[in-house]
Amino acid sequence: MLAPAVLAQRSGGFVPGQKRPPGDPVEIARGKQVYGISCRSCHGADLRGGDMGGPNLLRSQLALADRAGELIVPVIQGSLARSGMPAIPMSPEDAKAVSAYVRSVMDTIGGQGKPPSEMAPPSILVGNAGEGEKFFGQKCAGCHAVTGDLRGIATRLADPKVLQNTWVAGVVRRGGFGTPRSTKPTLVTLTPKTGAKVEGKLVRMDAFQVTLELEDGTIRSFGRDGEAPRVEVKNPLQPHIDMLPQLTDQNMHDVTAYLVTIK
Amino acid sequence: MRIWLGLVCLGLWGAALWAQGGGVTPQELLKPLKEQWPTYNGDYSGRRYSLLKEVNTATVKNLSLAWMIRLTPGMPQAGGGGGRGRFAPPSTAKRIVGGEGTGDLQLGGGTIKASVLMVDGTLYFSMPDNAWAVDARDGRELWHYYWKTKGGTHIGNRGLAMWNNYLYMETPDNYLVSLEAKTGKERWHKPIADLEQGYFSTPAPVVAGNHVLVGTGNDIDSPGFLQSFDPETGELQWKTYMVPMKKGDPGLETWASLDAARHGGGQTWIPGAYDPETKLYIIGTGNPTPAYTTGKRGDGDNLYTCSLVALDVETGKIRWHYQTSPHDLHDYDSAQTPILADLPFNGKMRKLVMTAARNGYFFTLDRVTGERLVSAKYGMHTNWAKGLNRNGAPEHDPVKDPTVGGALVSPTAEGTVNWQPPAFSLDTGLFYVPEWNAFSIFYLTDLDPRGSMGLGGKEEVGVGSPGDYLSAIDYKTGKVVWRHRWYGMGGSGGLLATAGGLVFAGDGQSNFVAHDARTGKPLWHTRIGNISNAPQTYLLDGHQYVTVATGDTLWAFVLN
Repeated sequence: MLAPAVLAQRSGGFVPGQKRPPGDPVEIARGKQVYGISCRSCHGADLRGGDMGGPNLLRSQLALADRAGELIVPVIQGSLARSGMPAIPMSPEDAKAVSAYVRSVMDTIGGQGKPPSEMAPPSILVGNAGEGEKFFGQKCAGCHAVTGDLRGIATRLADPKVLQNTWVAGVVRRGGFGTPRSTKPTLVTLTPKTGAKVEGKLVRMDAFQVTLELEDGTIRSFGRDGEAPRVEVKNPLQPHIDMLPQLTDQNMHDVTAYLVTIK
Repeated sequence: MRIWLGLVCLGLWGAALWAQGGGVTPQELLKPLKEQWPTYNGDYSGRRYSLLKEVNTATVKNLSLAWMIRLTPGMPQAGGGGGRGRFAPPSTAKRIVGGEGTGDLQLGGGTIKASVLMVDGTLYFSMPDNAWAVDARDGRELWHYYWKTKGGTHIGNRGLAMWNNYLYMETPDNYLVSLEAKTGKERWHKPIADLEQGYFSTPAPVVAGNHVLVGTGNDIDSPGFLQSFDPETGELQWKTYMVPMKKGDPGLETWASLDAARHGGGQTWIPGAYDPETKLYIIGTGNPTPAYTTGKRGDGDNLYTCSLVALDVETGKIRWHYQTSPHDLHDYDSAQTPILADLPFNGKMRKLVMTAARNGYFFTLDRVTGERLVSAKYGMHTNWAKGLNRNGAPEHDPVKDPTVGGALVSPTAEGTVNWQPPAFSLDTGLFYVPEWNAFSIFYLTDLDPRGSMGLGGKEEVGVGSPGDYLSAIDYKTGKVVWRHRWYGMGGSGGLLATAGGLVFAGDGQSNFVAHDARTGKPLWHTRIGNISNAPQTYLLDGHQYVTVATGDTLWAFVLN
């Protein structure tokens, strides 16, 4: 729900700062064993719900609030029988051990409620390499060549996902939110109303000023007043940025399927 | 003892007529925004449109610094220091400590995202776990309240509420804390949600009549709710869930099961707007959970997530709803501040509510009935929907949901706008909002048919932005009338509009900028750092002040 980029901070499970007291490893091991026998078929091997319809225990508000079995044990003993959770025959000690096991798995829930037991991500290669080669020839070959700058690209970027992120963004992009920045400089040409043009690498720019690094390494800033000086910006990523609103997912998948063959 | 205290209070109340530090009566909260700033959005309308016009398109060029103050959150140290050691102005501020934690947890969050209350010459504002009172004339710290936390996500705190001489603050570990405005002394604190269940609280409470309206947040598949507390005693008056919680609840048919609905989200993490005439509190709700996977949610709309919901403040009953993102799959919650105004529409005066949602779509509705009047795309490259459904709401395009091969989508999960308050000018009839147009690739990483949990099951990678803008939308058509290009993600703290013909915003390049409200042209700027809260304005000694925060620093500007 919140801006994800700023949510990285956490310690001790998915509730920041909320480190549960560590459970007794012997009790947890016993609880895991009992869970496997009596709970797993309904609630799943990973506690996220099973084939027989038991709900996900890792997001159960009752289970989340449990501290020492005081909430979970009565449920195992049948307090929610009317809502469809039957009493499970086991000793009070074993029920308490199951609650300790459930709590120990909850400790491994990730930030923003991510489940601890995600499947291995599937391969992202869903496109058609032949179509991708055609698209590449029409739209990319003006600037790039698989025998030139992209030679061995699939060896350099062995993960197809990183390869896709990178060719779409125009800069190596292993992951992360936010706007990618080029590793190459953005070049700027200033044309004042009178006098000579100034060229340099962009340091920063807003509506009021532009700051450049000149050829000799000097940093200079120039005030902006509407159209004066005229500012021409050459962002090396601009062709890729211009492509974003046009690129279909099919084209994207096809080109990626093609580029993974460029070893 | 009690009587004696009461007399002292009466004495202070009388003094408030001529001295500083007076309270705010419920009647004062009904006035349109002008001299003071007594509630989160300044007034109940959510417009953030001030009637002040000493600072205007002609005079704004002379706006300059009155004062600034840097705040030090956390356990108060002897002597204060404002983060600048011996170069800080001397502080004699009172230090008050409360809270149920042990005092040894430092979880960050030391940024002013809060809206600042200005009542009778005093400013009141917050960071997570921290509240301050500051002299509105010179920025001097009067008191600092620190709450020892038990934990919770310390992502931000949107500010305080005020009722007579009392303040209200929510804490990340889910307490509603009431303070005496004059002294910062704690009156009481009440639990509002369970930290163990993953709840954390960031909103500013809003006082409507004798109700303190309190929202909260959660990222792990828990039901969202809005609560109302008695401002005097802190007793719970009502609690309304934003998802169906039992058989027979309306909206249950939009979920695959009751279990899915009860874990369906719809958090209330940004304050709403209030219409005193109809007694409706109109609030935007958060995304459904799990956020990025359908799983057990089913294919339905998942009510009342991603909706504008109108509640009767006396009972908490939901009078109407309008869902702006049915069956959301991108964390595009619809919590954005709604704006109320009475305006002509198709030749008739209508009581309207407007919202520019995180999903890139703008809506105008009748706020009495919830009837939709306008829906339009305002995000220049917004591409996740395949059109409008029969209710006029955008319908998600399955190929733009998170997919195994990756879906190239604008906006990112951050949204076309996020929590940042928009503004609306009654002079121009324009709705001002940041418009962020970046693209991400959304990968579905977890094919588990049960769906994921929370915000899991996907990977999002940012791949570039064709440009971000300050945008002005015509409420009658939803069309963008003008765009001002930012060189960065501007509008980071939100916006302010004034009767002086101005719109204030950060530009994403550390400038604080005043724009011409009719054209967007920048008229004044100062480079003070990245703007972290919405600009605000108030009148003191006949002069209009403009305030804004950059991280741990609050700045005030006047015409000098």
